[in-house]
Amino acid sequence: MKLQINLRNVVVALVAAGLVLLPLYSQLSGNIFILTLFTRIIIFALAAASLNLIMGYGGMMSFGHAAYLGIGGYAVGILAFEGIGSGFIQWPVALAASALYALVIGALSLRTRGVYFIMITLAFAQMAYYIASGMSRYGGDDGLTIYKRSNFGGLIDLSNRVQFYYLCLGCLFGGIYLIWRIINSRFGMVVQGVRSNEQRMQAIGFHANRYRLVCFVISGTICGLAGALLANNTDFISPAGMYWTRSGELMVMVVFGGMGSLFGPVIGTIFFLVLEEVLSQFTEYWALIMGPLLLLIVLFARGGIMGLLGRFSRG
Amino acid sequence: MVLVEQSLNGLQFGLLLFLLAAGLTLVFGIMDFVNLAHGSLYMMGAYFAATFTAWTGSFVLGVILALGATLLLGIVLEFVALRHLYGRDHLDQVLATFGLILFFNDAVRLIWGPAGLALPLPAWLTVPVQIIPGVFYPAYRLSIIVVALAVAALLYVVVMRTRIGMLIRAGASNREMIGALGINIKLLFTLVFGLGAALAGLAGLMQAPILTVQIGMGENILILAFVIIVIGGIGSIRGAFLAAIFVGMIDTLGRAFLPDLLRMVLSSAAASTAAPALSSMLIYLLMAIVLVVRPEGLFPAAKR
Repeated sequence: MKLQINLRNVVVALVAAGLVLLPLYSQLSGNIFILTLFTRIIIFALAAASLNLIMGYGGMMSFGHAAYLGIGGYAVGILAFEGIGSGFIQWPVALAASALYALVIGALSLRTRGVYFIMITLAFAQMAYYIASGMSRYGGDDGLTIYKRSNFGGLIDLSNRVQFYYLCLGCLFGGIYLIWRIINSRFGMVVQGVRSNEQRMQAIGFHANRYRLVCFVISGTICGLAGALLANNTDFISPAGMYWTRSGELMVMVVFGGMGSLFGPVIGTIFFLVLEEVLSQFTEYWALIMGPLLLLIVLFARGGIMGLLGRFSRG
Repeated sequence: MVLVEQSLNGLQFGLLLFLLAAGLTLVFGIMDFVNLAHGSLYMMGAYFAATFTAWTGSFVLGVILALGATLLLGIVLEFVALRHLYGRDHLDQVLATFGLILFFNDAVRLIWGPAGLALPLPAWLTVPVQIIPGVFYPAYRLSIIVVALAVAALLYVVVMRTRIGMLIRAGASNREMIGALGINIKLLFTLVFGLGAALAGLAGLMQAPILTVQIGMGENILILAFVIIVIGGIGSIRGAFLAAIFVGMIDTLGRAFLPDLLRMVLSSAAASTAAPALSSMLIYLLMAIVLVVRPEGLFPAAKR
C-alpha cells in the first residue's frame, strides 16, 4: 500500500504526533488537566475504534457497545475487590469475559438484521446493565470503588499519570494496527464483502454469519480492553457507565469521525469529548448545542470529519 | 388480595406502555422511522401537565392544555427536523434523534431546573375505590386504566374503521403506492407523528402523579416501549397492545413477588437488590427469545 500525501493523511499524522507529544507539553506547561482529559479521550477512542470495526466495516450497527466497557471494567473491579490485584490476571479475565459475552449475544443477535439488530444488541446491553445493578456484593447501583489499580509488577506503574497515558496510547495504536491488519486480510475482505452483498457472498460459498460473528467477538474483546483501562483510569466502576446512552455516545463518536475510516473514530472521539469539555466551560447546558449539532451532522455531513477532509483534499 | 391489586397495577402499567408504544409503532411502521426522541415527548407531556396545572389551578384543564401542547410540539418537531430523515438509514435516524434527547434533557433543565416537579392530584382522584368486596384500589390508577382502555378502543376504531385509518394502514403496507394514488403522504405523516406525540404525552402526564416529573424519565420507559414494539411486531397496533400488557404484567408482578421468592434461596438483603434487576432482565430475556424464535415479532404487520 502506497501512502499518499493529502489533507486527510496529514491531519491524521498531526493528530497522532500530537497525542504522542502531549505528556511533554503537559509536563512543560504544568497543565495536568489536559493529560487526564486526553487519557480519557484515548480510552474512548479505543472503544469507538472497536465499534467502528463492526459498524463501519462489518455493517453491524451495535447499540450495545457500552456493555463491554462495563464488563471489562467490572472484571478488573471485582477481581481487585476480591484481592486479586495482578494485572496479569485481571486483564486477560476482562478480555475473556468480553469475548465470551460477545460470542453469546453475537450468536443470538446475528440471526436478525437491520433495525432489529440495533434493538436486540440494545436489549442485551440493558440486560447486562441490570445484572450489574443487581450485584449487591459489588455495590449494585452505587458502583464499586477500585482502591488499587492493576498491578503489573515492576513493569509499569498505572498510578503514574504519564506511564498510564502511554499505556493507553499504546493500546490505542495497537488496536488500530490490529484493525488495519484485519480489514486488509482475507478475513476482513470477506466481512466487508458480506456488508456490501450478503447473498452474493453466501452464493460464492462463504458462511457469512460465521465471519460476522468472529468480527463481532474481536470488536467486543477490544472494547473490553478499553473497559479495563477505563476502570483503572476512574478508579471506579458503576452500572451507569454501561447505560444505553453511553452506547449512543460511542456511536456518535464513530459517526462524527467518519464511519469506515481507520482513524475516523479517534478524530471523532477527540472532537466529541473536547467539544463537550469546551462547551461545558461556557455553559452548563452544553447538550443544548451538542444535540442539534449532532442532528445537523447527520443531515448534512454523512461521512463525518474524515469525509469532509477527503472532500477537501480531492479539491 | 395483593395479587388482584398487583395485577391491576400491572395492567395499568401495561396500558401506559401501550400508549407510548402505539405512537412509536405507528411512526415506525408507516414512516420506517426510528424515533428515540419519543421518550422526550413523554417527558414533555409530564412537564407541560405539571406547569399548566399549576397555572390554571385545575388538573383537568392542565391535562387538556398539556395534550394540545405535546401535539403541537410533535408537529413542529416533525416539520422542522424529522421529515428530512425519512428514507434515510436507520443509523442516521437513531443518531439524529439521540441528539434530540440530549437537546430536550438540557432544555428542560434550563427551563424547569434540575429538580423534579410534582403533579398533585385533585381530591376526587385520591380516594380509594372498592372494586370487589374487601379490595380497595386507588381511584387515580383505576382512572388511568379506564382512560387508556378508552384511548386504545378509540385508536382501534380510528385505525380500523375510518378513512384516515385506512390511509394509515395503507401507508404501513405500501408507502409509494398510496402516494401514487394521490394521497398527500407528507400531511398524513405529520398527522400520524402528531398523534403519536400526543399519545406519548398522555402516557407521560398520566404517569406523572405516580412518579415524579423528572429529567430522563422518558429514557428507561422508551427502551421498554421499543422492546414492546419489537416483541409485538413493528407496525402492528394489536401486537403492541398484547406485548405491552404482557411486559407491564411481568415487570410489576416480578417486582412485587420476586423478592419473596428469592428470599427463600438468598439472604434478604441480596434478594431485595437482585429482585428488581431480575424482573427488569426478564423483559429483555423475553425479547431476546422472541427475536431468536420469530425475528419479525409475534404479530408482524403486512409485508411491504
